[in-house]
Amino acid sequence: MSETTVIVGAGHAAGMLTTTLIQKKYDGKIVIVGDEAHLPYQRPPLSKAYLSGEVELSSLYLKPQETYDKAGVALSLDTRVEAIDRDSRELTLADGSGLTYDNLVLATGSQVRRIPVPGADLGGIHYLRTIADVDALRPALTAGQRLVIVGGGYIGLEVAAVAAKLGVSVTVLETEGRVMARVTGETISRYFERKHREAGVDLRTGTRVVAFEAGDDGQVGGVTCDDDNTVPADLVLVSIGIQPETALAEAAGLACDDGILVDEYTRTDDPHILAIGDCTRHRNLYFDQPVRLESVANAVDQARTAAATLTGGDQPYNAAPWFWSNQYDLRLQMVGLSEGHDATAIRGNPDDDTFAVFYLKQGKLIAVDAVNMPPAFMAGKKLVGARAAVEPATLIDLDVDLKSIM
Amino acid sequence: MPRITFIDFNGASHDVEAKTGGTLMEAAIEAMVPGIEGDCGGNCICATCHVYVDPAWLARLPDPEGDEEAMIEYTSEPEDNSRLTCQLTVTDELDGMVVRIPETQY
Repeated sequence: MSETTVIVGAGHAAGMLTTTLIQKKYDGKIVIVGDEAHLPYQRPPLSKAYLSGEVELSSLYLKPQETYDKAGVALSLDTRVEAIDRDSRELTLADGSGLTYDNLVLATGSQVRRIPVPGADLGGIHYLRTIADVDALRPALTAGQRLVIVGGGYIGLEVAAVAAKLGVSVTVLETEGRVMARVTGETISRYFERKHREAGVDLRTGTRVVAFEAGDDGQVGGVTCDDDNTVPADLVLVSIGIQPETALAEAAGLACDDGILVDEYTRTDDPHILAIGDCTRHRNLYFDQPVRLESVANAVDQARTAAATLTGGDQPYNAAPWFWSNQYDLRLQMVGLSEGHDATAIRGNPDDDTFAVFYLKQGKLIAVDAVNMPPAFMAGKKLVGARAAVEPATLIDLDVDLKSIM
Repeated sequence: MPRITFIDFNGASHDVEAKTGGTLMEAAIEAMVPGIEGDCGGNCICATCHVYVDPAWLARLPDPEGDEEAMIEYTSEPEDNSRLTCQLTVTDELDGMVVRIPETQY
């Protein structure tokens, strides 16, 4: 009898793992259990083209239903896993039924971070993580509505851009001194702050939300900040980050530390259990230390690694992470992690809306953030991946073709 | 539906029924053609859906512009007939088109 691999979670990592296993002609049975009602889908467009209505629901799905059917993959959607019994290798599902596995892959993703302030349970306060979240938010984004966005990270700013274009009156409240502070350097932050303000967004940094106030209709009507100002609101989006979904793993006694701990082969400390994607704190040979990454690129790369591990391959995870964001007509492409850099070099000019920031550490390139400058990102993928030593003077010289230093 | 033939680096042919109006990348991904990765989901971010279009068909495609043109140059082995399939819209006129997949998308 062939083995059974059960994947818990039906997000990007689960979808990519499944199709990679099918491509590798994996001869076991694949079962996907996901708590959302949808086939595995892409989340990046949720705060961009799906929110704005430019793309339809069906285009979000990684694969149509037929792909799974044809390959004999069993999909249990809208189904929660309640517990893992590692001794008997059996899952307990929400309806009390059991599901046995030979290999278990946890692709449980993450959950939004909730804001712990008074009034946080008022109607009209939204979060954005799933298709259902966007379907609830989108109808409320009409011209003249007052939207207050709590959190100036990727999601908050992408929604701000979409909403501003729709004629919504947008305020962004960011606790840190600059937007996207966790993921980029000062130059990029300041540039995007300026662009949002030019688009009419009221963007306030260094501003912490302390309470939500009810309006006359009992829905949220205002957002009170630590400077005692209350910003009037018809609706609110809270986008203050995500937390890895580790509850199931922790309850089963798997080693976790702000993420399910896995090695460079995506193995947990249980030989029958792998974990991939947002939910993991993982080894990636590219880094000296375990990292936790919130990105599609990581979900995809770990899914491929896991597929190799499950089929007897030896393909350790070794890749520089990359990310992207679309705001207005600006395309931000990023590779590497800039944390810990000791020098930067700027190619091009922010005033031209085409530039890139290169981050160096001890003379080696560790990250690139490119705005409307795809060549810098593409060259950066190679150079950052190799931690190449590059002279800042070379990087900023627009007469130097970046291809020549790849 | 137009039929497009993808020839992978090992020489194997993959005939794909592509939906008119969709992108060539979507058709390849849906058919799980090996070697078309599409890591970013078709947003012209990652350049992992690169192909070489058969020269006979190249002229029937609109020229690459903007980001596609800029990204192609930085793929592993760009050629004059390199394209990113996420930027190519499938039309009935492309029925029978042949494209080759490079050795690597990285």
